[in-house]
Amino acid sequence: MSKPKVGFNWLASCGGCEEAVVDLEEAILDVVEAVDIVFWPCAMDFKKDDVRSMADGEMDVCFVNGAIRTSEEEEMSRLLRKKTKILIAFGSCSHMGGIPGLGNFYSSESILKSSFLESPSTVNAEGVIPKTETKRSEGILTLPAFQETAKSLDQVVEVDYYVPGCPPPVKLLKDAVQAVLENKLPPKGAVLAPDVAQCTDCPRQDTKPEKLEIKEFKRPFEIEIDPKKCLLAQGLMCLGPVTRSGCDSACMKANMPCTGCLGPTSRVKDFGAKAMAGFASIIDSTDEEEIDRLLDSIVDPEGTFYRYSLPKSYMHAICTTMRNGSGKKGA
Amino acid sequence: MSGQNGNGKTNGSAPRVGVYVCHCGINIAGKVDCESVAEFARNLPDVVVARDYKFMCSDPGQELIQDDIREHKLNRVVVASCSPLMHENTFRKACADAGLNPFYFQMANIREHVSWVTKEKDEADKKAKALVAAAVHRVRFHSALEKKRVDVHPDVVVVGGGISGIHAALTMANAGKHVYLIEREPTIGGHMAKFDKTFPTLDCSACILTPKMSDVKNHPNITLWSYSEVVNVDGFAGNFKVQVKRKPRYVIEENCIGCLQCVEECVFKNARFDDEFNENLGKRKPIYMPFPQATPPVVLIDPTQCLRFTKGKCASKCAEACEKNAIDFDQKEKIEEVECGAIILSTGFKTFDAERIPQYGYKKYANVYTSLELERLVNAAGPTSGEIKLRNGSTPQSVGIVHCVGSRDQKTNAYCSRVCCMYSLKLAHLVKERTGAEVYNFYIDMRTPGKGYEEFYDRLLEEGNHFIRGRVAEVTDWAMSPEEQGKLVIRVEDTLIGVPRRIPVDMVVLSVGLEAHDDADDVRRMFGISCSKQGWFTERHPKLAPVSTATDGVFLAGACQGPKDIPDCVAQAGAAAAEALALVDKGFVELEPNTASINADLCCGCRTCVSMCPYSAIKVDETQDGEKSIINEALCKGCGTCVAACPSGAISQNLFTDEQIFEEIEGVLSYV
Repeated sequence: MSKPKVGFNWLASCGGCEEAVVDLEEAILDVVEAVDIVFWPCAMDFKKDDVRSMADGEMDVCFVNGAIRTSEEEEMSRLLRKKTKILIAFGSCSHMGGIPGLGNFYSSESILKSSFLESPSTVNAEGVIPKTETKRSEGILTLPAFQETAKSLDQVVEVDYYVPGCPPPVKLLKDAVQAVLENKLPPKGAVLAPDVAQCTDCPRQDTKPEKLEIKEFKRPFEIEIDPKKCLLAQGLMCLGPVTRSGCDSACMKANMPCTGCLGPTSRVKDFGAKAMAGFASIIDSTDEEEIDRLLDSIVDPEGTFYRYSLPKSYMHAICTTMRNGSGKKGA
Repeated sequence: MSGQNGNGKTNGSAPRVGVYVCHCGINIAGKVDCESVAEFARNLPDVVVARDYKFMCSDPGQELIQDDIREHKLNRVVVASCSPLMHENTFRKACADAGLNPFYFQMANIREHVSWVTKEKDEADKKAKALVAAAVHRVRFHSALEKKRVDVHPDVVVVGGGISGIHAALTMANAGKHVYLIEREPTIGGHMAKFDKTFPTLDCSACILTPKMSDVKNHPNITLWSYSEVVNVDGFAGNFKVQVKRKPRYVIEENCIGCLQCVEECVFKNARFDDEFNENLGKRKPIYMPFPQATPPVVLIDPTQCLRFTKGKCASKCAEACEKNAIDFDQKEKIEEVECGAIILSTGFKTFDAERIPQYGYKKYANVYTSLELERLVNAAGPTSGEIKLRNGSTPQSVGIVHCVGSRDQKTNAYCSRVCCMYSLKLAHLVKERTGAEVYNFYIDMRTPGKGYEEFYDRLLEEGNHFIRGRVAEVTDWAMSPEEQGKLVIRVEDTLIGVPRRIPVDMVVLSVGLEAHDDADDVRRMFGISCSKQGWFTERHPKLAPVSTATDGVFLAGACQGPKDIPDCVAQAGAAAAEALALVDKGFVELEPNTASINADLCCGCRTCVSMCPYSAIKVDETQDGEKSIINEALCKGCGTCVAACPSGAISQNLFTDEQIFEEIEGVLSYV
């Protein structure tokens, strides 16, 4: 039997997901042994034409990381969808929109303006802003279009599975590859990670008080964090209760609160809304003014609760409706 | 029953929905085109049959559903009619009788939510269709549920020992139930114990009340806790836990025989402290019994007056005099807990504070009295032994009784206090009988509906009492003529002859209205019921559930629900006792299966839910897979708070699964 053909691609993301593949360390040799890598532009010299020339469904599995922001990314997504049997959204950005998705709080116009004209480190006397077509004496130069919003992979094409995380934990990647090789994949549409929240295997779980009640929200730099005690009980905005397990409590073991990169469990439709409901529930006050004061003390709530999942949220629909062309809206 | 949150598509055959649109006579059909709603419903997903009918709740209406269940093999039923509060149970039962699990039924409210509140017909049609679509969408995802039964604790707690509480307690005790009667004051009897006579029969109030008070005291099935207050209530219908604060009376109740030797020997030789029971018209000592027939017949010490407490030392002659060693200066407040299946609230009322209407001169002029003060003056056991004497010792030759003080008045209370006309007539009669004085009644309208009431009014007219129709403007001592000198002048517009009048009298009686207690809001919170803006406890339905409340197992008796006279209080107390007996005697309660449950495999043990539960139904428990939250189904009221709070979606609620709710929203939105 021939080896499965596998591809990797990188869209709007930081590159951390590619790093996660490399983080397989020597296990990557087993992967290379077991599969035939037919597309991995980050590591080897592949061109778009190599994909175009494949027959439809020729690839068995394709891991795609990154959000979709440009016309080129969208085109690549559609192309890969056609050429692969199993399309896996790899990492938070392709899973839920990720960090690039936070740009959706702003209009594309204001993002370009801020990046190319207003940023203090930018010298751009002529006020040049990228355009899809620029006429030069040499001819017409083209660039992919910067679309109005960033999208998750499944907002552009049909996705078969998701490997969550920012970046995905090595174990989840290994398990995913294993499942493909052994043909032991769960029903289509599944997130390939445990379907319970972080606290399940958090080493700090035993230190949790009988009732979680927060009198003051704190940020990590504001306190000396007790390395053993439940971070929520210390007043830190740990999103562990909302977030899928699967990373072996990586952040909590590094004495930092969970930021929610693995996304919600299958039962939760809007990560940020659930997180807000959860935090609102453990505020220890019945006095409205005190509650307002406590909530106001949460710095950047929209960025905190929707850090990885804005494009996939109900909130996003509201923001899109509210946006009037420029400036930060919603939240 | 827990964990059955699947949908019809997965647990068995595909959904087959029947939709029934009720005309409710013209209540719905007058605004909504029921036929077109049924026609619309035929095209909704999984709908097999859709009909409209004049009265779905009627027997033929229900049979329509049952026939269709059999003939069309329906496994889901939607009725679009009134509020589920009215007929949800009717239709659930109809389904059950036809062999369908009653929770495969869903109701769409197109009466209260549509026809009664929508102006335009086409808007009403649209809204009715949207609600029917929502119900059809949702019902497809319903699952079969079972009601759970829990045993009922056979005891009953009655809160408040006025005539209502006494009557309710005796009724239930006579039926063999153990009753805890809890009274805030040192004695039971309430307001009725202060009255001399009762209208319209002029029965002696004490003569008819005190035998019932003794019955309470001596009844083997009644535990009487006077001078005690409920401080906390937990649990639910059938299984309440009531915490009671027993206030210290500094007298051991079990030892005291009520001989009053201690009162006799108190170092205060003369009674010098205001006597609350006599509306402060008489005096008592720091150790006292409120009145001779007080029940329990036990004295108590007022620590704000007794030298032992105020000065720290006293010869304590009272303790010396007590042969039973009943005096205990070290007595402490204690909290006791009782369990019961039902609670009757009969906390009564307070009278309107006449000082709030300054132009009537109460507390400004010595000869202005409230009606309750006059009750004590005419009472043979009162401070004047029943002689009607003014504060200067003289007998009034003329008395003016001002009706509606703190009632039917936009500035104080808009409502009619219901009892004042009649008690004013009674007091007028007693004053005339005892003193021969000229008695003037100042009234807005005479309200005498009741058995023998109008006849009593006629009798008063024949007795030569004066009736002046008009709201009194002012009571003043400013004399404008020699005959007004030294008198109180009542200024009023006599609306029957259309002239302003000045009536000089020796004594003014203000017929104060009834008000809810100041702490009514705290009390209703404690018992989980609601009260009106004025503080009267709200019955579940003004006509059809007049003694029930929003909380199952908590019933209302007497004036705490609204102003009432004695016959009404007693009748209502009997009704409340019957309702409580019906609950307790049934032996079990059925719990709505709308409870929440935690899937232990999915719970991560984050404990967000634990502090959220208003019913303390969630506990953390050690399991094989670590600590998980667990919901006690018997305590869960299905409020859904924990479901919303659970950050990982491990909690779901029967009848309100995410799937059902989202389908309902989908249904509303896709057809409007």
